Amino acid sequence: MQKTLFDKIWDAHVVKQVNEGPDVLYIDRHLIHEVTSPVAFLGLKKRGLKVFCPEKTTATPDHNVPTVNQNQAIKDELSRHQVEMLKMNCIEHNIVYHALGTEGHGIVHIIGPEMGLTQPGMTIVCGDSHTSTHGAFGAIAFGIGTSEVEMVLASQCIMQPKPKKMRITITGKLNKGVTAKDIALYVISKISTSGGTGHFIEYAGSAITSLSMEGRMTLCNLSIESGARGGMVAPDETTFNYMKGREFAPQGNEWDKAVEKWKNLKSDENAVFDTEFTYDAADIEPMITYGTNPGMGIGISQTIPSTEGMEGSDKITYEKSLNYMGYNPGEKMAGKKVDFVFLGSCTNGRIEDFRQFSAFVKGKKKAPNVTAWLVPGSKQVENQIREEGLVEILEEAGFELRQPGCSACLAMNDDKIPEGKYSLSTSNRNFEGRQGPGARTLLASPLTAAAAAVTGVITDPRELLAP
Amino acid sequence: MSYDKFTIIQSPAVPLPIENVDTDQIIPARFLKAVERKGFGDNLFRDWRYNKDGSPKADFPLNNKKYSGKILVGGKNFGSGSSREHAAWAIYDYGFRVVVSSFFADIFKGNAINNGILPVVVTPGFLQKIFDEIEKDSNTLFEVNLEQQKFTILSTGENIYFEINPYKKHCLQNGLDDIDYLVEMKEQIKAFEVA
Repeated sequence: MQKTLFDKIWDAHVVKQVNEGPDVLYIDRHLIHEVTSPVAFLGLKKRGLKVFCPEKTTATPDHNVPTVNQNQAIKDELSRHQVEMLKMNCIEHNIVYHALGTEGHGIVHIIGPEMGLTQPGMTIVCGDSHTSTHGAFGAIAFGIGTSEVEMVLASQCIMQPKPKKMRITITGKLNKGVTAKDIALYVISKISTSGGTGHFIEYAGSAITSLSMEGRMTLCNLSIESGARGGMVAPDETTFNYMKGREFAPQGNEWDKAVEKWKNLKSDENAVFDTEFTYDAADIEPMITYGTNPGMGIGISQTIPSTEGMEGSDKITYEKSLNYMGYNPGEKMAGKKVDFVFLGSCTNGRIEDFRQFSAFVKGKKKAPNVTAWLVPGSKQVENQIREEGLVEILEEAGFELRQPGCSACLAMNDDKIPEGKYSLSTSNRNFEGRQGPGARTLLASPLTAAAAAVTGVITDPRELLAP
Repeated sequence: MSYDKFTIIQSPAVPLPIENVDTDQIIPARFLKAVERKGFGDNLFRDWRYNKDGSPKADFPLNNKKYSGKILVGGKNFGSGSSREHAAWAIYDYGFRVVVSSFFADIFKGNAINNGILPVVVTPGFLQKIFDEIEKDSNTLFEVNLEQQKFTILSTGENIYFEINPYKKHCLQNGLDDIDYLVEMKEQIKAFEVA
């Protein structure tokens, strides 16, 4: 039988098919952080259980951590306690813990791939919906709840019904100034935030295979915003080149053997997907959101859609959203005021994002009305930014670099956007209050963020890019 | 997680006719700092429910005395966004045992069932009927029968069959969770690891 990439990996990990129930799926890699793990550890304790496979579990605190003065104790008492709890749980259960300020620290979805923990063909879970990021390597990776974190800690398995399969093909070549983030926001604007529900996505086509690993991670990261549990890209030379030599990647002969095996990880030619969508890369322009869910995105040259044809709760929801944003149907997005710019998160906190942002602002100046928070996704990204001389470029243009963490993506630390302010953000969610109570989020790419950072208003980055 | 066994519920319902209710609205991130599962109900729908000064927003359904009950009725794509199980904990802690919608986000749905909350999927037309009935009479009763997988508007007798995975149904009816099941399988899992 012809199988999809997803089928091949899933089927190889089924320990048992429960009668009329979900599959018992074996998990190769479990990533944990401070917010969704404490209750799971508490559950283990109540049951008198130990962690089943500590060596397949990796921990780091990311959601709560401050992005300045990380050498000092965390000021917020609850945050400090939660981080401390993670550390204690890791010590008790023999789990590798990458503490704040150490070389291995960072957002859990950034450090996994950096260390080579994320590998093709694996099943990877974490109590965080953006675990879908790791699918960029041709892995089945998805976010889970705390009960499921406890399941994996207790048994290295999870009970899951097998999702349906969707393929999204992007043909052709991306236009100048258009990035993986724009592809993702474009797709979600087409299929909506529930279009992917019940499915696992495979991304394919020339516009996808030409993406770097960083770009593929951004794209897979945002799969959850379409409602899909995860997204994946078949591994290829780009994948292998990225992985080679990383700390936990296979080494020497083992590497060659692994690559031979990984080369088979692709959908068979006649494999059938439950749902298919195909888009032309030429139709995608830099995207920006105007509402309060990631599906409310438009090309940056377009106007906010009218309510014509909407009725009932559709209309109520749409109007509530625009009201929250302080926008009206028919308005142009370009030229609207921006107060904050956030570069970072598991969506766009990787080195390529900082390279793009830095190259764009080089020789320009930050707009005086904009507060910019530039937050590397990991210590390794931060180091690389320094080694490549990007800090000098950024400082010259009036920007400063903060320290790694999830930061203003969900504002659990002090990086909160004030009420009513507009934040052009490279993160993943523009929900009401996501970046702080009353904050208004505009999702876009690092290039579009850079353009707004230097002009102070929403700006099409293509207007400022060198030809 | 231990929870009460689910049998038959007869209750009025609280309407929330908004689409794409995301988990950041159900429980904002700043309330995720607890290390134990308790007290989340106080912050359920925090920013929709309370003003900045902590006073309740009069127009929010949870603050409207005429609405009560163990059933929450939401617009389509309920529970989208983050995987935070705190959303399910907050809903359960507040006192809801059933959430009705025409469409649920996957992770929320799983988290709900794992915490003894039954997500009931109905057609968009039937969902509107439920909203209309509550609008007509906020005390109107609904019945959720898990055994028969049937949701009934008691005043009119109209009912609808809802889907639930047979294994998950068994878990809900008996207050069981997956962890007991998986721990029992340890030897089989070890054998799988070696193979």
